[in-house]
Amino acid sequence: MDNHWEHFEHGADIGVRGLGATKAAAFEQAALALTAVITDPPRVVPVTTVHIRCTAPDDELLLVEWLNALVYEMAVRRMLFGRFHVELDGTRLEAQATGEPASVQRHQPAVEIKGATYTALRVAPSDGGWLAQTVVDV
Amino acid sequence: MDLKLLKQHAPCAWEIPAQGKMRVPAMIYASEELVRAMDHKVWEQAVNVAMLPGIVGASYVMPDAHWGYGFPIGGVAAFDADAGGVVSAGGVGFDVSCGVRCLHTGLHREHILAVQTKLADTLFERIPAGVGSTGAIRLGSAQMDAMLSGGAKWAVGRGWGTSADLERIEEHGQMLHAKPKFVSEQAKKRQREEMGTLGSGNHYLEVQEVTAVYDEAIATAYGLAPGDVVLMIHCGSRGLGHQIGTEFLRRMVVAAPSHGLLLPDRELACAPIHSDLGQEYLGAMRAAINCALANRQILTQLVRDVFADLLPSAQLPVLYDVSHNTCKLETHKVDGRQRELYVHRKGATRAWGPGHPELPQALRASGQPVLIGGSMGTGSYVLAGTTASESLAFSSACHGAGRAMSRNQALRNWDGRTVVDDLARRGILVRSPSMRGVAEEAPDAYKDVSAVVDAADAAGLARKVARLEPLVCVKG
Repeated sequence: MDNHWEHFEHGADIGVRGLGATKAAAFEQAALALTAVITDPPRVVPVTTVHIRCTAPDDELLLVEWLNALVYEMAVRRMLFGRFHVELDGTRLEAQATGEPASVQRHQPAVEIKGATYTALRVAPSDGGWLAQTVVDV
Repeated sequence: MDLKLLKQHAPCAWEIPAQGKMRVPAMIYASEELVRAMDHKVWEQAVNVAMLPGIVGASYVMPDAHWGYGFPIGGVAAFDADAGGVVSAGGVGFDVSCGVRCLHTGLHREHILAVQTKLADTLFERIPAGVGSTGAIRLGSAQMDAMLSGGAKWAVGRGWGTSADLERIEEHGQMLHAKPKFVSEQAKKRQREEMGTLGSGNHYLEVQEVTAVYDEAIATAYGLAPGDVVLMIHCGSRGLGHQIGTEFLRRMVVAAPSHGLLLPDRELACAPIHSDLGQEYLGAMRAAINCALANRQILTQLVRDVFADLLPSAQLPVLYDVSHNTCKLETHKVDGRQRELYVHRKGATRAWGPGHPELPQALRASGQPVLIGGSMGTGSYVLAGTTASESLAFSSACHGAGRAMSRNQALRNWDGRTVVDDLARRGILVRSPSMRGVAEEAPDAYKDVSAVVDAADAAGLARKVARLEPLVCVKG
C-alpha cells in the first residue's frame, strides 16, 4: 500500500485517516491529515523538530494520544507540523514532528483543532497495510 | 432519520420508546423535515445515552441535533447522583461553556452605517481572532487560579466591565465549586496566551440589527426593538477547556470498566458522580466554565473600548450571556417532587421559564433570553424560556443552526474571497484572518437557523422573540 492520507465526513467536524505500509506509517499519515485540517501540509517548512512520546493501553487509544499530543504542541508552541517520523514499540510511541511557527499570511490556517475524539476510531490492517483513523473536534 | 423508528406525540415532538437496555425513552423535538434530515447516528446516540445509569426523565434531542461524540450535539440528559448517575466529558464537549453573549449598543442601523468599514476594521484589529492568535493578558499561576475560581466576577474585579454585567450572566458570572487544582498544568499552559481571544471555526463577533420582533412584550422587556443594533459574541473556554475535555475523556474511557460501566460505545465514557474521577471532572469543568465567562467578559471590554473610540455615545450593557456546553447541578420537578439533577447540555441552551428565581428581576416575568447564533450571512435569534420547557426537557432549547455540510464540501463549493465580496454587496462586512476559514463557514454550509428556531418555538421549548441580522462579522 502507498502511504497516503484522507479526510472523511463527520457532520460538523472532520475525520482524519492515515493509510500506510506499516502501522507507524499510518500514524504518520494520520498526523498529516490532522495538519491538512488546518492548512495545506506542503506549505509548512520543516525548520524545528519536536520530540513526542506517549503510551496507551491499546493501538486505538495510542492513536488518540498521538494526535492529541500534536494538538497540544501546536497550541502551546503556536506551530504547524508538516513532516512526521513515528516509531512504535508495542503501545509506546516515539516520534519527531517537524515544522515551523504558524503564519497567518503563508498558512492561512482555517481552524484550530480542539482535540481528537474516540468517534469512528479505528487502527487495523487494511489492504495489505494499515489504517489509522478518528474524528477530530474543530 | 427513519420516522418509522419514532412515535409522534405532537407536530414537533417524537419519542423513541424505551427498548433493549434503555432505562428511559428518548424525546426528539423537531419538525418532520428536520427529523428526516437528521443523521441516523443521532438516533443511535440518543438511544445510547438513555442506557446510562441514573438518567432521569428521558434522553432529549433538540431541533438542531447532529452526530456528536457519544452524546449527540443538541443533546440534553439529566442524572441523579444518588441513583448511580454519571457525569460525562463527552456529554459536555471539548469546548466547555462555549456560549453566546449579547450586548445592547443603544444605537441604530444608521449610526453603524456611518462608520461601518472603520468599525469592522477596528474590531478586527483589536479583537484577537483566528488560529494561533494571542491576547494581551498574561496570567501568573495565582492569577490563573483566581480566574478559574472567579469567572466573569474575577474579570470585573480586574476592571474589565462592571458589576451590573454580572447579573445578566448565568450563575451571576461565577460558577461556584470550581476546583483549579484539578486543572492540569498542561491545560493552564495552553491558556496562558489565550485570555481575551475569540478562537476560530464557528466562533465570531457580530454587530447585528434587530430586523423582526415576534413578541413585542418580551422584546420590550429585553430592550429590543426593530432597527436596534446589538453585538453578539460566540466563543468558549479556549485552549484550557479543550485540554480539560481531552484529558478527562481519556481518563473516563480508561477508567469506565473499573467503575463497572459497561458502555455500549467507548466514546460514551463517563464516571459516577459519586467517584473521585467524577468529582475531579466536575471541579475542572466548572473551572473551565469560569474561564469561558472570564474570556467573554474580557472580549466585552475590548469591544466597549472600540465603541468608545468610534461611537462614543454608545453604551453596551449586557442583555444576557448563555453557555451551551455544560453540566450543571439544578433543581427540577420530576413526577411532582423536586430533585437535584446534574443536567448535561451538549450544544443546547438552558432556558429558564418566567418566574425562575435565578433570573434577574428585570427579566424574571419574561423568562430567560435564549441566544441562538446562525451563520454569518443569515441571522440569529433571541428566544425566551417558557414554563413548558421545564417538563419538556428540563428547561432546555436549541443552540444554533448546525452544519448542513462538511468543511471539505464547503471548500469545494466556495472561495473565501468570493464569499466576503458577496456578503459585502449585501451590506455585511466580514473580516477574518483566513479566507479558507471563511469558505468553510460560508452561510450556505449551515442549515436554516429559522427552521430550527421555528421548531423550538412550536415544540414549546422556547418562544421566538426577535430576529437579528449581521452588519459586521469578525470571524476567527
